Amino acid sequence: MEMFMKFLVAAIVAGTPLLFGTVGEILSEKVGHLNLGVEGMMALGACAGFMVGYLTDNLVLALVAAFGAGLLGALIYGVLTVTFLANQNVTGLTLTIFGQGLSNFIGYFMLENSESGTLKLPAQITAQMADVHIPVLSDLPVVGPLLFQYNPFVYLAIAIALVCAYYLFRTKTGLNVQAIGENPGAADAASIQVNRWKYFNILLGGGICGLGGAYCSMIINGGVWLADSTGGLGWIAVALVIFAAWKPQMAIFGSFVFGGLRVLKYYVPSNVINIPIAFYDMLPFLITALVLVISSMRKSTSSRIPGSLGVNYFREER
Amino acid sequence: MNESTYKSSREPLFRVVKRAERSGRQMLIFRLLAVLLSLVAGGLFILAIGANPLQVYRQILDGAFRSKLAFQGTVKLCIPLCISALGVTLAFKMKFWNIGGEGQIIMGGIFATYFALFHSDWNHWLLMLVCLLAGIVGGGLWGLLAAFCKVKWNTNETLLTLMLNYVALYLVTYLQNDPWRDPKANGFPKIASFDSNAILDRVLGVQAGWIVMLILVVAVWIYLKKSKQGYEIAVVGESQDTARYAGIRVKRVILRTMFLSGAIAGVCGMLQAVGTDATLSTGVAGGIGFTAIIVAWLCQLHPGMILVVSFLFSVLEKGSSVVQSQMGLSSDCAAVLQGIILFFILASEFFVRYSFVLRKKEKTPAPAAKKEAV
Repeated sequence: MEMFMKFLVAAIVAGTPLLFGTVGEILSEKVGHLNLGVEGMMALGACAGFMVGYLTDNLVLALVAAFGAGLLGALIYGVLTVTFLANQNVTGLTLTIFGQGLSNFIGYFMLENSESGTLKLPAQITAQMADVHIPVLSDLPVVGPLLFQYNPFVYLAIAIALVCAYYLFRTKTGLNVQAIGENPGAADAASIQVNRWKYFNILLGGGICGLGGAYCSMIINGGVWLADSTGGLGWIAVALVIFAAWKPQMAIFGSFVFGGLRVLKYYVPSNVINIPIAFYDMLPFLITALVLVISSMRKSTSSRIPGSLGVNYFREER
Repeated sequence: MNESTYKSSREPLFRVVKRAERSGRQMLIFRLLAVLLSLVAGGLFILAIGANPLQVYRQILDGAFRSKLAFQGTVKLCIPLCISALGVTLAFKMKFWNIGGEGQIIMGGIFATYFALFHSDWNHWLLMLVCLLAGIVGGGLWGLLAAFCKVKWNTNETLLTLMLNYVALYLVTYLQNDPWRDPKANGFPKIASFDSNAILDRVLGVQAGWIVMLILVVAVWIYLKKSKQGYEIAVVGESQDTARYAGIRVKRVILRTMFLSGAIAGVCGMLQAVGTDATLSTGVAGGIGFTAIIVAWLCQLHPGMILVVSFLFSVLEKGSSVVQSQMGLSSDCAAVLQGIILFFILASEFFVRYSFVLRKKEKTPAPAAKKEAV
């Protein structure tokens, strides 16, 4: 039982960066833009967040920097795909390669110029990122460790997901924005500002992905800079969007499930179920592939995919 | 009520209109200009971190060409990139967004490795041929899987091929952890190096894959430009309805083309495993499948150009590793520069096909007054 508790906590901690990435990507896909640059935007956020945290020792500044870096990455993507009508797949992939490259490049540069040969976050910011401790609540048995003892990023991620769910499904703006993703021509005819809201969602999504990247570099690696800190999590986030059926509230559940899949191998006793470790790593992708295929088999549910996903909107071709 | 999502009645500052096709020469100038601008932008970035961009660029060129060995290394990098770019070209021509080059390379590598590992006693040339065929089948089937789901249930191919990449990747992890693990590696999970009989020969100091690469460049060019099947691909890519109307069996074309697309990537995987690495590792594709997409797009899916651009990218890649050892700048600057170049090219595409029209001056008395003044 104690093992199971530990597993649940580990699943939530491992799922948090995925939650950031997934919510960011949902925002972008809801306006019809499949941004394969999640991994790149996360890498940019990882680098900016870590370096600013390292230099200023201030968590808020680090988060702002990570958000800003992800946003700038998304801006490149947005300008190219929304205004310049470039192919979304190619632009997104380029953003991934560029973002990872730039992140590692700057990381290497900082390492070369550091005195000790390693980059470690200073004490104050490490303390700010430590697991929260709320008097009384955190000390409750079972509920305490399960709900009230995470690092602040976890709560931030859940809050962002809930706000985005509210924005998309409960506000008029959000419904208009979804109309853009379904059919930009119709949305335009209904006098919705198509390009403006495309930019808004893509940029906001990029910023949120950047925060996820900061989680990777600042929390997962224990405050020490490592190259490739996002390690493919951005791609899992792209997968999770499908699993979550393009709903931020489902993404909360989905990312913790996928987080669980990522740490499952450490918690399953090998004398009970003995499958090769590699298959645990494969599971998130395999399950997503199956979800994708099965949901396309059942025509009714495949309509969850935003109708214009991957297709740029050019007004003269309505 | 939230009015902010609605537009005002004012005309936007600029709008986008389609323009007549530019001439080939103009298009070339646009692209060269874009590359030039991207080098300037990259230079500014290098300058910002306190290095001399000209020195870095010279170092890159120098690193790729300074010796015979360096040049051979550059060619070695070019082989997988060019071949997998040719592979995705077939799919992209059909507007089938095959992002799965990475996985198809890996599957080709896995299939070829089976024979290289367990049948190394066969006649050398027979073994090489079997490995090649295995690579073709492995990559092809992996591509076919996505195409099958596409034609049968209209599954989103971009996302499915993306997922299949990682399924293939962890299959390699599994193979090197368990069934194909080298018992002599002191517990380190890796697949044994191939027997010398199972390694592809070198021609002029580089693995023979470069010959395969040149053959494939010509073959893909002929296939796309001169064959009936190539024409069918182009028609399906332009409009599936037109293709259907013209009596082309669209589903068959999609299945066939994706098999070929995957098969070419599979050849790349085979050459990497049997030719370059002499083993199978999780790095067999190492992002090449993704870079290949960039190369293919950069070249407008033209096989000849793909050869040229793959080579230039390899120069960048090889040269950057020298920059790392000589100047203390990470070799990742290759990825940064590749990214910047493609960003500029993508933007330049726009100006080839469209142009901006600025908002006309509103008919207010002001211009009229001006006219009077004149």
